[in-house]
Order: sequence, then C-alpha cells, then structure tokens
Amino acid sequence: MSFLKIRDLSVILRGTNHRLLRGVSLDVGATEVMGLVGESGAGKSMIGKAVLGILPRSAKIVGGSIELDGVDLLKLPPRQRRHLIGQKAALIPQDPLTALNPARRIGPQIGDRLVDILGWEKARARARTEEILHDVHIPQPDRVLRAYPHELSGGMRQRVLIASAFAAEPRLIVADEPTTALDVTVQKQILKLIFEMQARHGTALLFVTHDLGVVSKICQRLTVLYGGLVMEEAEVGAFFEAPQHPYSRALLAATPRHTDPTADLTPVPEAVIALAQRAVADADLRWHS
Amino acid sequence: MLDGRSLVKRTAGLRLWLSAGWLTALVIGAVFAPWIAPQDPLMQDLFTSRLPPFWMDGAEPGYWLGTDSLGRDVLSRILYGGRVALIVALIAGTATALIGATLGLIAGYYRGWTDMVISRLVDIWMAFPPVLFAILLIAVMGTGLTSVVVAIIVIDWTRFARVVRAEAMAQGAMDYVASAQVAGRGRMSTLLTEILPNVLSTIIVLLTLEMGIAVIVEAILSFVNLSVSTDDPTWGGMIAEGRLSIHQAWWVLVFPLVALFLTVLSFSQLGEGLKDRFDPVLN
Repeated sequence: MSFLKIRDLSVILRGTNHRLLRGVSLDVGATEVMGLVGESGAGKSMIGKAVLGILPRSAKIVGGSIELDGVDLLKLPPRQRRHLIGQKAALIPQDPLTALNPARRIGPQIGDRLVDILGWEKARARARTEEILHDVHIPQPDRVLRAYPHELSGGMRQRVLIASAFAAEPRLIVADEPTTALDVTVQKQILKLIFEMQARHGTALLFVTHDLGVVSKICQRLTVLYGGLVMEEAEVGAFFEAPQHPYSRALLAATPRHTDPTADLTPVPEAVIALAQRAVADADLRWHS
Repeated sequence: MLDGRSLVKRTAGLRLWLSAGWLTALVIGAVFAPWIAPQDPLMQDLFTSRLPPFWMDGAEPGYWLGTDSLGRDVLSRILYGGRVALIVALIAGTATALIGATLGLIAGYYRGWTDMVISRLVDIWMAFPPVLFAILLIAVMGTGLTSVVVAIIVIDWTRFARVVRAEAMAQGAMDYVASAQVAGRGRMSTLLTEILPNVLSTIIVLLTLEMGIAVIVEAILSFVNLSVSTDDPTWGGMIAEGRLSIHQAWWVLVFPLVALFLTVLSFSQLGEGLKDRFDPVLN
C-alpha cells in the first residue's frame, strides 16, 4: 500500500488556463525511494511543493487528489491539512543558504519544529535536537546549536537541514534537489547521508533531481516528467536497462558520462521533443473539452 | 598597521558612541531641566536682554549661552525645548514605527487583497505634501503636543509601511518560511517568529531616522507657531524669534539650531551604528 498517492493532479498558473501539472499520478511506498526526474520546468519541484502545501501564490491546484497515509489532503480544511503534513512529512530544501532563518540560532530553529509538531517541551526538544545533529555526523553539536546559520559552511548547513527534516520522525520526506547548490566534493557526502538516514528511519523519500546518475544509484523507482506530464514510471533496474518511452531514452542518452568527460553531449532530438509536446497538447485537449 | 576593516569598525564605533553620548546628555538635560537649568526659561528681564554667550565681552555669569531680546536665558530654554523635542521623538517615532511596520508586515506577508488595500492607501497618502498635510491637520485639531504627535504619525506611517512591506515580501519568499509552514506553523506565528526577527534591524534603523524626522517636524511646526502653546520654549519657536534679532544677537538663533542639527544627526547615526552592531551577518 502506498504512503503517498497522487491521482490526476492538475495545477494551473493562477489567473490563466495554463497548466503547470497536467494530471500527474504517482505512488510512493511506505519505505520507498522514488526519483522524480525531468528538465527544468518539467514540474518536478511543483509536485513536491503541492504535497507539502507550499505551492507559490502564483500556482493553484485545480483538480485531482493527494493522499497522504490514506487521507486526501485537498479535502481537509487548511489548519488540519497543515497539521497533518507537519506530522507526516518534511522537506529537505534545495538551497541551504535561504532555508535557515539567518536571524535565529540553529538550536531553536530545529527545536521549534518539534514543539510545533509533537507538542514537546522545550528541554526535550533541545535534547532531541542535539541527538539528531549527532546522527548527521556534525562534530560538537552543542556548539552548532548555539550558532547562527552564517557561521556554518554550506555542507554543514545542509546537514543541519537534513537533521531538521528527520528530527520529528516524518513518514515521508521530499528532497528537492538537495545537492544542487553544493560543491561537488560535498554532494556525495550529503547524498550518502540522506540515504543513510532514510534507511535507518525507514522513511518514504520523494527525491527530486535532474541527475539520472544519482537516481540509478539510490532510487528504487523513478518517474520521468516532461511539461508537467508523466512520460514514464518504472523500476530503476528495468529503466536503465531498457527505458520504454522515447523521451526517457533520449534523456538517458543526454546524460553526461563521468567515465568519458570529453565525449560530446547528445541533446534530446527534436523529433522526441515534438513527440513529448504532442502528448502535452493531447492532454490539454482532453482536459479542456 | 591599520587594516581597512578594523578602521571601518573603529570609526563606526566612534560614530555610535558620539551620537549616543549627545542623545544621553540631551535626555539627562531634558529630564532634570528644572534642577540643571541655570535660570527660569520663562522669566523675562529687560535689564539682561541680549546678553552675549560666556566667552564674549559683556557676558554675565549664569547666562552661559546668552539671553534673547526679552532677557530669557538661551541655555535654559534649549534644555526645556529639548523636553518637547524628545517627547515628540519618542512617542511619535515609536507609534509611527508600530503602526507602519505592522501594516507593512501584514501587506508584505499576506499579499493578496490586504496588500492591495494597504499599498493603494500608501500611494494615495504619499501624494499629499507632508508639511502642508501636517499644518492642515493641526489647523483642524488645534495646537498642542497631542496634535503634533498625531500629525507626525498620520503623515509618516507610510515610510515604514512601504519599506517593511518590501522587506517582508523578500523574506516571505525564502525557503525557511516554507520550511516553517511544512512544520505546521500558522501564518501569524510564522510572521512573528520567522519574518519579524529578520525585519527588525530595518525597523530599528527606520525608527531612529523617524525620531530625527519627528524632531524636525516639531521644529517646523513650532517655527510657524503651530506646536505647543507659545509660552513653552521650543527649538523651532526659539529659531523663529532669533531670526528677528539675528543682527543684534545671533546666539538666540544659532544655539537652538545647533542643538536641532546635532540631535537629528545623532538619531540617524545611532540607527546606522545599531544596525552594524546587531546585524548577525555583519559581525
């Protein structure tokens, strides 16, 4: 039984007829790692934001359902929805620079979440914060608790954010390109950490990325998006052996290989893009009629 | 050897201490005016009229900064005038900050129609020429300290609303606000715990600037005799009177002017200094 179940989710640009997500359906099992890949603007982050209830003001959900642990979020009143999302889901954001409040110390920032979500007392939240910072291999957690975000390095901040995401034991974590803003040398460590934490806590993970290489190593299944439309959804092993959709095949061919960095990059052929756009147009036609 | 950074830090510190020092002296002078002031500020004595300040020939002991054409002691009048200036700065400045910043935060964070209403109001408000607006208000409400304070609040809340709105909007788009919302924080609580701390340094700087502006507005209004009752000494009133006898007794005009200048300068420098001091990123 899937923990996150999205059915036919449509999101429009507010005030227009333009759809950003065109009827997306998606399942993530209770302890599964699902990769969400696509080009920029394919709507992969949009899905994560819709699930967590933090869509930008300019976007509006107009159809479909998002079931979290069997409850349709879109049918709940806002206050209950926020409460449910807070208890069951968490976010590992993309940019560690803007994801921590610069005016507040690390300790209370994480601790507040525990007070909010679990209703703990401050002392208990503080102890738990120190423990979870230790879990993400931060040296001297007691010192980091009292630090302001700008006193920490980018990698350290991302560790803090991972700790913050796992602190309240959520059942689902949305990781929105968690390593894109980091130095290449740190990326690997951070990825390793995310999956170490995921395995230890048995959390479902929705991993938004444009890096198919990462997906092949860590995800169990993946969903390929183009123009807010699902192109293909497959087991990772099967996908990398034989991708079914032409767009998936082209995307895979376009991935740069670390083994031969001098090789020319293959762009996605125009015929394939035309095909994908045709699918998008068809979907819009069905939706508007 | 001096490196640039420490030099900047040192002059910034000096600025902060000088301005804080002047304002502290002013506050002490204003609060304890009845004990400190060498003369009764209202006592007229034509035998001691237009006495020059202490270093000039013909000065009388006890009248340090000289006397005006009615024989009133300039120093004592400056001290008492400082009371009015500081009360206006404090009350009008703080109230303006509270009202303007609250509206700005709400508009910038909640956006939508609330923002529309507040922003349009600010636009319309700012189209009025401020000094004329103040004079009009006082004409309607009548003169007095309360009228002056109310006039400043009514005119200047837009300054805060506009700046704080932009700041709150920028902060509201940050990921940490989204993270707080994922954790189930309500909107009001997010505004207070996440956004307000980040806008606070801006509000403090604006507040000190506003206090300086309040002092100027009060001086303008008392200059045209629309502030407190004409009997009470005010800096603006002293400048207006001193203007008439500038050729015979320049000190009646110059000393309150210097007090006004230093006070307004100190308020703005204090704001800058405080900002540098309390900004966690700069330290």
